[in-house]
Amino acid sequence: MDALDLARWQFGVTTVYHFLFVPLTIGLGVFVATMQTAWHRTGKDRYLTLTRFFGKLFLINFAMGVVTGLVQEFQFGMNWSEYSTFVGDVFGAPLAMEALLAFFLESTFLGLWIFGWDRLPKRVHLACLWAAVIGSNLSAYFILAANAWMKHPVGYEVVDGRARMTDLWAVLTNSTALAQVPHVVGAAFVVAGGFVLAVSGYRLLRERGSGERPHMWRAALRTALVMTAIAGVVVAASGDLSGRLLHEQQPMKLAAAEGLRHDTAGASFSVVPGVEVPGMLSLLAAHDPAAVVQGVDDVQGRYEQEFGPADYMPNLPVIYWSFRVMIGFGMATVGLSALGLWLTRRRRGHGHGRGRRRTAHAVPDWFARACVLALPLPTLAVIAGWLLSEIGRQPWTVQGELMTAASVSPGVSLTEVAISLAVFTVLYGVLAVAEGALLMRHIKAGPEDRPGDRPERPVPAPAETEPGKARLTPTLMY
Amino acid sequence: MVTFWFIVIAFLWTGYFVLEGFDFGVGALLPVLTRADAERRQLLGTIGPVWDGNEVWLITAVGAMFAAFPAWYSGLLSGYYLPFFLVVAGLITRGVGLEWRGKVASRREVALCDAGIVTGSVLPAFLWGAIFGHLVRGTAAATVIGGALSLSVAVLHGAVFLSLKTAGPVRARARRSALLASAGAIPLAVLALPGIADAAPSTWLWGVALAATAALAVGVALIARRREGAAFTATTAFIMLSTATLFSALWRAPLPGLTVAEAASAPYTLTVLTWIGLLALPGVLTYQAWTYWVFRRRLTV
Repeated sequence: MDALDLARWQFGVTTVYHFLFVPLTIGLGVFVATMQTAWHRTGKDRYLTLTRFFGKLFLINFAMGVVTGLVQEFQFGMNWSEYSTFVGDVFGAPLAMEALLAFFLESTFLGLWIFGWDRLPKRVHLACLWAAVIGSNLSAYFILAANAWMKHPVGYEVVDGRARMTDLWAVLTNSTALAQVPHVVGAAFVVAGGFVLAVSGYRLLRERGSGERPHMWRAALRTALVMTAIAGVVVAASGDLSGRLLHEQQPMKLAAAEGLRHDTAGASFSVVPGVEVPGMLSLLAAHDPAAVVQGVDDVQGRYEQEFGPADYMPNLPVIYWSFRVMIGFGMATVGLSALGLWLTRRRRGHGHGRGRRRTAHAVPDWFARACVLALPLPTLAVIAGWLLSEIGRQPWTVQGELMTAASVSPGVSLTEVAISLAVFTVLYGVLAVAEGALLMRHIKAGPEDRPGDRPERPVPAPAETEPGKARLTPTLMY
Repeated sequence: MVTFWFIVIAFLWTGYFVLEGFDFGVGALLPVLTRADAERRQLLGTIGPVWDGNEVWLITAVGAMFAAFPAWYSGLLSGYYLPFFLVVAGLITRGVGLEWRGKVASRREVALCDAGIVTGSVLPAFLWGAIFGHLVRGTAAATVIGGALSLSVAVLHGAVFLSLKTAGPVRARARRSALLASAGAIPLAVLALPGIADAAPSTWLWGVALAATAALAVGVALIARRREGAAFTATTAFIMLSTATLFSALWRAPLPGLTVAEAASAPYTLTVLTWIGLLALPGVLTYQAWTYWVFRRRLTV
């Protein structure tokens, strides 16, 4: 165990953890903004209630995304100084653009939205949320462009041992980035859709037969079904594109994802070990069931000739299984949403002509329960996708240019990394429990306010002398 | 172009220190200035809508260093590994505390959030001064003096900000705290600024350092006379001038053994970054200023 191993663990732990919150920020933000827009346009109270309820869950989650994101930006310099010095000229640009063009927008306008309910005209207040949401989605683009450059470096030359950018446009329109952005952002919408499905399903089960409420949750659920299904199509299409790009750009990762040892024509895809679909991997890689797919041993041989002797194989079992978890759990979530759309499809009501009303089928209880149970699936799929993507990139930090072992900070000691890793692990563990409990509590409590209430009006706090567990009404910080 | 980008980096850090300076001060003063939860919400409400946007100045400053001076960025962050780690850990507890405070239920949970806010304000406020103090002078004494200075100035700046943004008892207490904090900030500034200016001796740098000290003294005199808006302008000027002194001192060697030219990215990168900055920054400054305008009213309990 040396500083390199711990630095890698720290990067893996903090990055995966960060990405537990990011997809919800990206997708749920759009959902909340959609609800508020619906309220703005229809004036129906239920959309306001949904805006505020999911808005609160969004903000609890948003806080974690922001603070864990800070770690990422510092970590490159702290733990990976050789990497940062080598790539800063190219990699730093999209990072700086992310801060300047996306984070300012996101943070400033979200602050305006949270505190602006009674300070801003309704229309402006709504626009603030959309500005913040656009910021979140823009940030995904910039950071994924930076990330894609590590796997498929373009628009640069190496001068004096440092990468020098020669073409910003090439970096921003990297084929890998253009495939990765819809894939990751789409997946974020699937995660957020799955979250809204689970929450709405849970509330539907709890509030059966209680007046107007089930109607409201059905509206949320159907919106989430549409969102998840559309996002699912985007994820699948861009995933297909990513597969073909891997075939061209990162053959080792593709080979590792199947555990394919040697270059094979008409390579099959194993659903699980032993259950094979002939020609499927070739079909994925090149849209041709007879195409040759490279194998790990042969790529290893070619890399040794090109870059010198070293171990160029990533961790094969991890890659193999993350690939299957990603596809399986991701498709399961999208399948669930397609099923839900069918179950709740609109039917023709009774009557004729203009009096005819089209109403949606009721949501069966078993489907609501399935939505609750499916909550972890999209998140697990997304995490597996990142493990595939980033562990599959090893031993490179920049494909073909810089190895991970040469990227670490030479001056940072094992003890220092051990301290930070230990504290981050404990702190993150505590915060994860707190966030889970906080979300759960608010989901269980349901929307607290009656339509027409202003959420931000300060409610007098109980006197300080009150003992013990007096409840403070959430107010100013909505 | 390299010089220009060094100034841009200094500008971003200045913006960060000015804006987060009062955020940190408000956080640090949370247990000092308030008696009841309503007052605590009043106090935190002054930074509630803006602190997150202010923190982006740090993210932008660090991101711009990464892009424009990769070797400086990586050398600084890996060289001061544990201090930066503690800064980040502090910012995590502060951010979570601020965001979750209004969403937790029991008194104990609110107290935990408050603890996170106070720790996460005091710790980074001290560490920024300590890191840059050590960077300029390289001694333990400079580390301690730098940290104490940045902490006391943050408290002063935050107290003045609170006296400007609140009404009622908190406003009066904030004014008194500002005077108390100045008892630490003024001597520390007098001690530290010559040390910074001395690191890269030039006449005009001494002038800037002197102007900074004067701004601080004027600010304290103004708050004593209850001229809160003017006092806030003066403490802001102090932070701007002292940060200018600091970065001027770092100009020759942003890190020991490293020159700005060696640390810099190639001209192409700096050029495209310039265009992006020119396009984006005016917008950012406008909408952030608008935020302060929207929330310009004093808060009451």
